[in-house]
Amino acid sequence: MKLTLGPLAYHWNTEERRDFYARIADEAPVDEVYLGEVICSKRAPFFEREIPATMERLERAGKRVILSSLAEVMLKREREATAGLAEMDAPEIEINNAAGLYARQGRPHRIGPFMNAYNEATIAWMASQGATHICLPTELPAEAVAVAAQAARNLGLTVEMQVFGRASLAVSARCYHARSHGRTKDNCLFICEQDPDGMPLRTRDDKPILRINGIQTQSESYMDLLTESPRLGAMGVSHLRLMPQAVDMVGVARAFHDVISGVLDTAEAEDRLRGLCGATSFSNGFWYGTAGYRRIARAAEA
Amino acid sequence: MSLAELICPAGTPAALRTAVDAGADAVYCGVQDATNARNFPGLNFTVEELTEAVAYAHTHGTKVLLALNTYPPAGKVDLWRQAADTGARIGVDAFIVADMGVADYIARTHPQVRLHLSVQAAASSPEAIRYYCENFGVKRVVLPRILTIPEIREIRKEIPCEIETFIFGNHGLMVEGRCSLTNYLTGQSTNMDGVCSPASDVEYIRDEATGEMSSCLGGFTIDRFGPQEMAGYPTICKGRYTAPHRPEGYYAFEEPVSLNLSRLLPELIGAGVHAFKIEGRQRSKSYVRNVVRAFRQAVDDIRAGREANIADLVALTEGQKQTMGAFETKKWR
Repeated sequence: MKLTLGPLAYHWNTEERRDFYARIADEAPVDEVYLGEVICSKRAPFFEREIPATMERLERAGKRVILSSLAEVMLKREREATAGLAEMDAPEIEINNAAGLYARQGRPHRIGPFMNAYNEATIAWMASQGATHICLPTELPAEAVAVAAQAARNLGLTVEMQVFGRASLAVSARCYHARSHGRTKDNCLFICEQDPDGMPLRTRDDKPILRINGIQTQSESYMDLLTESPRLGAMGVSHLRLMPQAVDMVGVARAFHDVISGVLDTAEAEDRLRGLCGATSFSNGFWYGTAGYRRIARAAEA
Repeated sequence: MSLAELICPAGTPAALRTAVDAGADAVYCGVQDATNARNFPGLNFTVEELTEAVAYAHTHGTKVLLALNTYPPAGKVDLWRQAADTGARIGVDAFIVADMGVADYIARTHPQVRLHLSVQAAASSPEAIRYYCENFGVKRVVLPRILTIPEIREIRKEIPCEIETFIFGNHGLMVEGRCSLTNYLTGQSTNMDGVCSPASDVEYIRDEATGEMSSCLGGFTIDRFGPQEMAGYPTICKGRYTAPHRPEGYYAFEEPVSLNLSRLLPELIGAGVHAFKIEGRQRSKSYVRNVVRAFRQAVDDIRAGREANIADLVALTEGQKQTMGAFETKKWR
């Protein structure tokens, strides 16, 4: 199994981003890294100018780089960005919106988690249109993952699943970061930069519930399928995706790496992961077909 | 000028007949399972009911659109295929789909039946819409509720299919087909199960000491109301939450408003919108009757060049707050 680092969902500043990817290049045992702004086209220019250098740095360290496209495509700049990405022959691209599929015209590409590849029929269709790799939707439960992964493997595709980090629960045309500060998307002044791990929302009885990241709504909990990773592999999932959070991601990658390479047992690795993530709760409910925020103990499954 | 067809909700056989009688050009409905996005207890049609409904509608010159607009999880695709086969056999006029696998199946197996692209497919650019038109022969797209009228006009110029827009009813905030909020709190998925903030997971809890009412979903307080306030339904994207800089609690996504585009009908027709959709398959017969009648009258007036009586349409929301959402201004975003 390969470990991947998903595209950074947040608007970190240039320095934070540069340091982060430098450390990933030098120290993190991940095989592949997705780069690019997936959430907000207003942020894209900041990231874009750094991408060539970041890519070069990661590739020099032996990582494969894939460029990810925007999840929401509506405005002219978003349409142009998507079309531009779809014209590239190298590196590989991950498509997150049907506008990208249209522009790609059947040439090889990866399918991102926003593409809703929920089932074998859709995967077969996508494979017939040039898809080489599918990242399954985060909310897909284990029994469906097993069927989808098998179908994809039979078609010669590789299969990816998010195993760490906040789940993307919704996207909107409205920017909720701007809204919370009495602004609109057009005059946001990039207020989202203040929240490198998302802006926490709590219920009115003070229970943490969701995170806001611009137009995206995320889970409060970090999804954690470390314990389930060996089972994912047995089902045919070939790539495990870690989503960048504002924690020691090198440590996170090492925990997963040590489990899938059999160096560390899952209980010990979970303890280590727990120690890296402060007070943030962990969840795996989607995998077990229950409320996503829940944490189901492995023992309950047996 | 576009035809301005009126597409009306039919959650039950009785609602369907009501909508047909009130002047719907088409009704949309679903079968009783996860294959459609209003999979609520007590709603939708058995095969027998659907057969009778199609006959009734067709006798009155009304079309029937069958919603197959959820995403089958792997291993369960057959349920969607069977629903499509049934729909084709009994002669529905179109399928409303979102999943590419479902669209591909219908395009190959039932090419004689029209395909409409559901709002659940979230096709919000000419390129995305063309993808579905060129690959599956989609004849109409239901646009996400996130575009302004000038943007709709531009899209119309660049696509080979008809446009349908929502004009009235629930005002969804998130990009449809990309929302797992309900699944996160309840374990029931909007995309896979056709469920949004399900009643089975709702609780209203009164604090005897303060008189405050909490409106909860899956054990989470989505909003809390004072003794004098009317407690609203706990829809996650209409709840009140706190943020570090908003300790007072605020509507983080949207206030509990409903969509009402009555004032914009002439402009929407001018922008080339082919069909207007009224949301509300979960609504009562009398609601359907009043709303469909009022919009029928308004659309007929506009098409005949008469001034439409907008006041009646505005009154339909029964005192609820209304919005024109993204359709009116970019500032909504």
